[in-house]
Amino acid sequence: MKLRTNALIGGLLVATVTAMALLSVIWTPYNPLRLNLRMRLKPPGSLHWLGTDEFGRDILSRLLAGAGASLLVAALTVLVALLLGTLLGLIAGYFRGRIDRVMMVFNDALLAFPGILLALGIMVVTGANKYGIVLALGLAYTPTVVRLVRGTVLSLREKEYVEASRVIGNSELVTMLRHILPNCAAPLMVLGTSMFGWVVLAESALSFLGLGVPPPAPTWGNMLSSGRPYIESAAWLGIAPGVCIALTLLGINLLGDALRDWLDPRMEPR
Amino acid sequence: MSSSFLLYLLRRALWTVPTLLLVAVLVFVLMRLIPGDPAQLILGDAGTAEQLADLRAQFGLDKPILVQFGLWLSHMASGDFGHSLSSGEAVLPLLLERFQVSAAIVLVAVGAATLLAVPAGLFAAWKQNSLTDTVIVAGATFFLSIPSFWLGLLLLLFVGLKLGWVPVVGYVTFSQDWRAAASYLVLPVITLTLIEMGVLTRMARSSAIETLRLEYVTHARAKGLSELRVLLRHVLPNAFAPTWTLIGLVLGNLLGGIAVLETVFTLPGLGRLLVDAIFARDYPVVQGCLLFTAGIYVLVNLVVDLFYPLFDPRVATS
Repeated sequence: MKLRTNALIGGLLVATVTAMALLSVIWTPYNPLRLNLRMRLKPPGSLHWLGTDEFGRDILSRLLAGAGASLLVAALTVLVALLLGTLLGLIAGYFRGRIDRVMMVFNDALLAFPGILLALGIMVVTGANKYGIVLALGLAYTPTVVRLVRGTVLSLREKEYVEASRVIGNSELVTMLRHILPNCAAPLMVLGTSMFGWVVLAESALSFLGLGVPPPAPTWGNMLSSGRPYIESAAWLGIAPGVCIALTLLGINLLGDALRDWLDPRMEPR
Repeated sequence: MSSSFLLYLLRRALWTVPTLLLVAVLVFVLMRLIPGDPAQLILGDAGTAEQLADLRAQFGLDKPILVQFGLWLSHMASGDFGHSLSSGEAVLPLLLERFQVSAAIVLVAVGAATLLAVPAGLFAAWKQNSLTDTVIVAGATFFLSIPSFWLGLLLLLFVGLKLGWVPVVGYVTFSQDWRAAASYLVLPVITLTLIEMGVLTRMARSSAIETLRLEYVTHARAKGLSELRVLLRHVLPNAFAPTWTLIGLVLGNLLGGIAVLETVFTLPGLGRLLVDAIFARDYPVVQGCLLFTAGIYVLVNLVVDLFYPLFDPRVATS
């Protein structure tokens, strides 16, 4: 019952944000980048439903476009981490022995780095732009995936059906891809969902610091950051983007909880 | 204290050495992947070829990479983190000074969050599936979903600007005026406490639920112990173990992620130092911050793991 309510609210919130992102591709009320200095810092009204920012740009339009940017970055990042992590995790779990040990020592060293710090370090190299963030956050979250996949592979290879696959003459590789990989899907889905939330949060934090998607392209994080100096005189600049981030995260967290209870009751939130 | 316990402590402590070494390798590699070399970046277009060569020699940039790493590591290990390119200040004292600000916020906030979250989680687990439980979980999930910098901004707006209860911009050190210093830190600490309570309450609740299902809890109840005694004596210690580990992770992540909060509240902390250094391409400071923060993180987790057997004696024997 509670599970269904969680899934329902979470699903609705995520669907709304996705719809905002998709809508922004074909239509926004105004051009999110167009400056209009006569309309600076106008409070919410009939012309601009959520008001305008310090350059007279329409906030609703920028929020919609920001949804697109946030979701795109998060989706690409999670994709990078899942693909790379699964590949490396499979390799470690498949070869075991020395290769596994060496890989795990490196993996644990990377895990010894707080994720956001590692991302900041990588961004020193890649520079602040959309693909820099994807690469930095993707690499920063890969070790978590590696560990999960390797653990699953190691526990599954002792299972009877995996043994059976070997006995009937399937090669190790076929056994791996046909019988072990599909069973990693459920925990990966659970992890991927939480990770999506972490990335939305991390991306908005990096953008807030000015290390994310560079202006004038709107993201929720950089909108909050540029609204900060006007927090007293034009509070709406700082309210709307924050509400969007919080509702997105709430949706993902609720959906993640429901998914975890459904697929993998034992896994704990990190 | 058994010998297996001592062995556990020793092995865990020794394990930090290769971890720290790999962290150092990682930071070194990251710094060398940056396009352009530090000597060029300091001098810009103004430098002559001779000045450039001098500076490169000074940084050891003319030697093979492994020698550079060896040189670099011996400097770092002896606490010589170099000098800031922009201000010329020595990096280590700068790090220590900034660290005090961040550490004060993080420690107080995580301490307060733990004290509030563990009882809340335990209570929610005890009342599992009741209205109280639903409200606690919903509250925790709510705070888990709010970005710290936004909550900080809202508190700044309402408590700082509208109500005028605390100053909103500036900072003084505790040694200058501890009352004023505390007033600058109140809002960041409240912000972090609320956010971290979200994670910790959820963790404490789910591990308490697992513990409550165990046979020995039923046994303790069957002995006729009061519910309060069962919860405090039998459930709390076991349920606290996973939360304790999480506290280590939270502390480390906060040190990495506190830059946003320090930006909101304009505090001169470690996170802000790193971000400013990234903007200024002040590589000695960037690398100092990365090494220092990662080092602290490794040490915090060492301490957490060393205390872990207190809550769950099984780890030391396995």
